[in-house]
Amino acid sequence: MTSAAKTFESLELHDVGRSFGGRNALEDLNLTVRAGEFIALLGPSGCGKSTALNCIAGLLPLTHGQILIDHKRVDTVAAEKRGFGMVFQNYALFPHLTVEKNIAFGLQMRKVPKTEVKRRVAEAIALVKLEEHATKLPGQLSGGQQQRVAIARAVVVEPRLVLMDEPLSNLDAKLRLEMRTEIRRLHQSLGLTTLYVTHDQEEALSMADRLVVLREGRVQQVGTPQDLHNEPANWHVADFMGYRNLIDLFVTAVNGSTVTVEDKGFSLRGTAAQPVSVGERVRVAIRPEDLVVVSEVVPVRGGNTTKAFVSVVEYHGREFAVGVTTSEGRSLYVRSDQPPVVGSVIELTADPARVLVFRADLIDPSTLSVEEKELAEVRG
Amino acid sequence: MSSSTVTEATSTSPPKSTASLRHRLAERGVDASLLMLVPALVFALALFVYPFSYGIGLTFQPSPAIQQAWGGGLFANYVAFFKDSFTFDSVWLTMRLALPVAIFNVLASIPVAFKLRQRFRGKKLLTTLVVLPITLGTVLTAQGLLIFAGRQGWLNRFLIQIGLVDQPIAFVNNYWGVVFSLVISGFPFAFLLISSYLSGIDPSIEAAARVMGANWHQRFRRVILPLLAPGLATTSILTFVLAFSVFPSARLVGDAMGSTRVMSLMAFRAFGEQNDYPMASTIAIMMGLVELVVIALVLVWRSSMYKGSTGGKG
Repeated sequence: MTSAAKTFESLELHDVGRSFGGRNALEDLNLTVRAGEFIALLGPSGCGKSTALNCIAGLLPLTHGQILIDHKRVDTVAAEKRGFGMVFQNYALFPHLTVEKNIAFGLQMRKVPKTEVKRRVAEAIALVKLEEHATKLPGQLSGGQQQRVAIARAVVVEPRLVLMDEPLSNLDAKLRLEMRTEIRRLHQSLGLTTLYVTHDQEEALSMADRLVVLREGRVQQVGTPQDLHNEPANWHVADFMGYRNLIDLFVTAVNGSTVTVEDKGFSLRGTAAQPVSVGERVRVAIRPEDLVVVSEVVPVRGGNTTKAFVSVVEYHGREFAVGVTTSEGRSLYVRSDQPPVVGSVIELTADPARVLVFRADLIDPSTLSVEEKELAEVRG
Repeated sequence: MSSSTVTEATSTSPPKSTASLRHRLAERGVDASLLMLVPALVFALALFVYPFSYGIGLTFQPSPAIQQAWGGGLFANYVAFFKDSFTFDSVWLTMRLALPVAIFNVLASIPVAFKLRQRFRGKKLLTTLVVLPITLGTVLTAQGLLIFAGRQGWLNRFLIQIGLVDQPIAFVNNYWGVVFSLVISGFPFAFLLISSYLSGIDPSIEAAARVMGANWHQRFRRVILPLLAPGLATTSILTFVLAFSVFPSARLVGDAMGSTRVMSLMAFRAFGEQNDYPMASTIAIMMGLVELVVIALVLVWRSSMYKGSTGGKG
């Protein structure tokens, strides 16, 4: 368990795609993973992230593209010969085998000598702190313990790559936080290259070295947590990264990166996150924590101001999540230290630097192929 | 001090409930919903318990002819059953039919159920074809077999015409005729049962074994088979019982007084031809006993297997 036995320099995905009955579940996934990296595939359900993982594991054949490890193709290799470890969403433990035997399974398949199997299984059990439960059946364990067994079972073979398919989604909130730290700790101590699928952006941001955001089978953005958090590539990524306020407006002026947008008397100044031109319909993204209530200590920022009617106040421990409705009937989400009175009218402001202006359509023309561009032009 | 009070509290009976008697009875499952069991109870008593007890009673009232021939007083019927080789051989003859057929049906169903678990074009059609024979009655199957595989049947004529054989092969009116008939009616049944057991095994368990390096043979032997074993046991018991009680096909496509002289035929002979109710009951009871022995053996084997959840929707 001290070091990953068989490691690699790079794992490359070239235009990996998978379609089911004519519908593309995953298209043109390009990604290079370096050894030891922790990569999260992030996206809403049905975005193709689990398809991607199953393709890499070999459980689903690719419809097109290639998967290379150190420039050697692995997508043509059977799943059982790829030497990967996988943790499933529902754990997929063997219900008829004890914890020990579950963990030993992969080693036995690799014809590891018995004494070594015993030693490595004991180490793996100690690693996930399940010593007392070694001889129990999975059915006798709690969800969190089962998840630990699944993780131990995947890492005990010292795989070249660990694949995790929403491993924490079946656990309760408290356990999820604990296991998150646990997985991160294991990754740091074992240095195993990990691909982690999740729909929880907080989980992805806190665990991964790099994130891949997917939507409808297409990659939206690849980057570090900081990149994605501060500079989302489009409004979809912004939406996923906690920009809860998405407002559709029209551009009235562009001055460098500062953009003025307005619609029906509602005007805002923001920063262009994508190139936009005057008259274009755009989508403006603001985080609830960047939309603040104007008071004696909080002045209006950059001339951005609007009055809104407080419709709902939720207590979130330290602060309050406030739902407001503007006079044009737009619903906005605001973070506030003080609970405003429901039904009262408050004045809101946002720093233009924190108001991101995106194109309303998601597809970036620069990523389209020649044929797709022509098609888009024809469609107008 | 505190621990002693705790043990005292648990050892003495809990304080008397203040709830009404009706409420307390309901807690123990005694309430109006029990009435829903009445029809089943009436049927069980009228159609099973009473006739069965009556039949057992009959076996101890042997006819004078049996008593004279075999002796044994009250137990004359049982003595006759074991000592009359014509009757007793039928146990072996029935077993010789039912066991191989049950094993074949179960074993042949496994790969078919596996294949039909996957998604592919024409799956529905294939499943329908596999299950269709269950809708044919035994008599229809027997009739079909006689026409199709008889001495003058299409199959034999075809085999002779292509020059594979010069004499018609005896497919029916013997041991094999009954075997074919039992497979035709028993296989869909075994297939349906095994399919449902198989669908109860979470596919991701097999996927996990696969990623961990197990080839299909290892996956089947070490993961699928242990999880499927209880289902296989149940299916073999049911197909065995179905085949063991064979009657119409043993008469129609078998050799009723020879190689397929099964126990149910013997019971019918005692009842219908010799008018010996007590002997017929004895044979029927012995039939049940033999089945029970086989079922007990299978259940003992099953109890040594894993019995818990298989992780799937089952």
